[in-house]
Amino acid sequence: MSVQAPSRITPIGTMTPFRAQRIWEKNYIAYRRLWKVVFSGFFEPVFYLLAVGVGTGSLVGNIELGDGSVLSYASWIAPALMAASAMNGSVIETTFNIFFKLQFGKVYEGILTTPMKPMDIAIGEIGWALLRGVLYSTAFIGVMFAFGMTESPWALMAIPAATLIGFAFGAVGLAATTWMKSWQDFDLVTLATIPLFLFSGTFFPIDVYPPILQTAVKISPLYHGAELLRGFTLGAIDWTMLGHAAFLVVMGLVGSAIAARRLDGMLRK
Amino acid sequence: MSESLVQARGLTKKFGDFTAVDAVDFDIQPGEAFGFLGPNGAGKTSTMKMITTVSPITEGKMTVFGLDPASQGREIRSRLGVVPQEDNLDLELTVAENLYIYGRYHDMKKPEIMPRIDELLEFAQLTERRESRVEPLSGGMKRRLTIARALINDPDLIILDEPTTGLDPQARHLLWDRLYRLKREGATLVITTHYMDEAEQLCDRLVVMDQGKIVAEGSPRDLITRYATKEVVELRFGEEVKDQAVLQMAGLAERSEVLADRVLLYTEDSEQTQDGLNQKGIHPEQVLVRRSTLEDVFLRLTGRGLID
Ligand SMILES: Nc1ncnc2c1ncn2[C@@H]1O[C@H](COP(=O)(O)OP(=O)(O)O)[C@@H](O)[C@H]1O
Ligand SMILES: [Mg+2]
Repeated sequence: MSVQAPSRITPIGTMTPFRAQRIWEKNYIAYRRLWKVVFSGFFEPVFYLLAVGVGTGSLVGNIELGDGSVLSYASWIAPALMAASAMNGSVIETTFNIFFKLQFGKVYEGILTTPMKPMDIAIGEIGWALLRGVLYSTAFIGVMFAFGMTESPWALMAIPAATLIGFAFGAVGLAATTWMKSWQDFDLVTLATIPLFLFSGTFFPIDVYPPILQTAVKISPLYHGAELLRGFTLGAIDWTMLGHAAFLVVMGLVGSAIAARRLDGMLRK
Repeated sequence: MSESLVQARGLTKKFGDFTAVDAVDFDIQPGEAFGFLGPNGAGKTSTMKMITTVSPITEGKMTVFGLDPASQGREIRSRLGVVPQEDNLDLELTVAENLYIYGRYHDMKKPEIMPRIDELLEFAQLTERRESRVEPLSGGMKRRLTIARALINDPDLIILDEPTTGLDPQARHLLWDRLYRLKREGATLVITTHYMDEAEQLCDRLVVMDQGKIVAEGSPRDLITRYATKEVVELRFGEEVKDQAVLQMAGLAERSEVLADRVLLYTEDSEQTQDGLNQKGIHPEQVLVRRSTLEDVFLRLTGRGLID
């Protein structure tokens, strides 16, 4: 046996320009063994839906919307839970998991000695968080459909919309991670996501707030995510949804640009 | 330009105001084992990181395979095998998966990678650990796996940053044995180390680095001939008589070094030097005669030892 193979394996010039998918491949191999973790990401929002939506919903009764239409509480909070789960899934992936890889594994430093670039890693990891998100959203929409909580075929659009939420939060999460120094800093992540989860028009309509607070909630990216999904699952499509989507797109692009730059600076000293 | 795989001229790396690599020149030729010998902080890793294009050059010029690291990093890296100073194996993957994914990073296809994994596991003596997680492997095994991983793309240049630091002697010898084998098969190796025996055994040619500068260059034999004598007489004295003895020794050897715990006499003829000591009535507690090593070269050039 010889360790010197006879010919060049990667002749210069034939290299793939886009390689973020290699990161997906790596994560896929690793996650094959971690399927329990993958499943918990699906069950969490479903449990919330059953406990709060169906459980509390039976006390709350039906909700009457501004236009006079009436629907069950569960149908009303389901899209918001879906939005929150897209946020949480992608924030956990791009903060905790990536911090671990940056600090302890030095895995990325190794990857960068191959033809991979920092941009490939950034896109790959954010993309992976999204890919998982798509899986969860699809499953969640399936559950909503089974419980009769979807009001129109537009509900299918909630899947790409949830992916957009994942992208926006994943990009900002990754950017934030590049500033993290220790595990204590992650309390800040929780400190940011919990109030977002509770107060973004997730559990009750924001018109119960005084006008000033309503304005504050409108800065919350999760509010825009929840409203966008609600539009789709309730089949109440209107132009404001474009605004919600635009908010998330801008957030994701700015986050990605910062993350890629910061990662480059961290990894290529 | 020349045939050199790596050519550096005035290569400099600064971190803020601090100059880690200070205008170094070197040429690495195909088929040689080229060493960077120097103590901790000499700038070896910083130099390796510039060669592997992961660290931008601050000043000076360098080509790797005749390519420009700043604009052609991807092409350069596709032909490199890199063994970093600190292991960075992917702990989420098994031994074989670590090799596989690096093949993928290098755009190899599965049918190319699979037979290569078999070969490399054999080479790294890890065939039995193929499906094992990385975490429980010993330090030596992790190192061998990292070397195997660096070979997955059949690199034209293999860069090893302190390949045996932190390993026990047995693991070290096993690793050296693997590196010899690569050498015999004609691989080009770049090795950094602060172990003079490692440099002496593995390197055809080396540069001695200290505080960011290259202070000497040549083959291990060359350097020893140039900067040291054939033999060294090492003397140990009781604390009270040492200073007195040192004064009396003048003229007994070509050169002497007085260290905290011993006195080194550099000589071409140790018998003669020892006779001289006797005649002058100098009686050390302990006398050791040995041949000169790169450690002596380093001491001569910098006034300090390699390992502090
Ligand atoms: N990223 C960095 N930022 C600041 N200083 C650094 C950095 N990397 C290395 N250095 C400094 O540069 C010098 C050379 O380091 P290094 O190249 O790692 O040396 P060696 O590998 O020979 O031990 C050291 O003094 C080290 O502290
Ligand atoms: Mg080093």
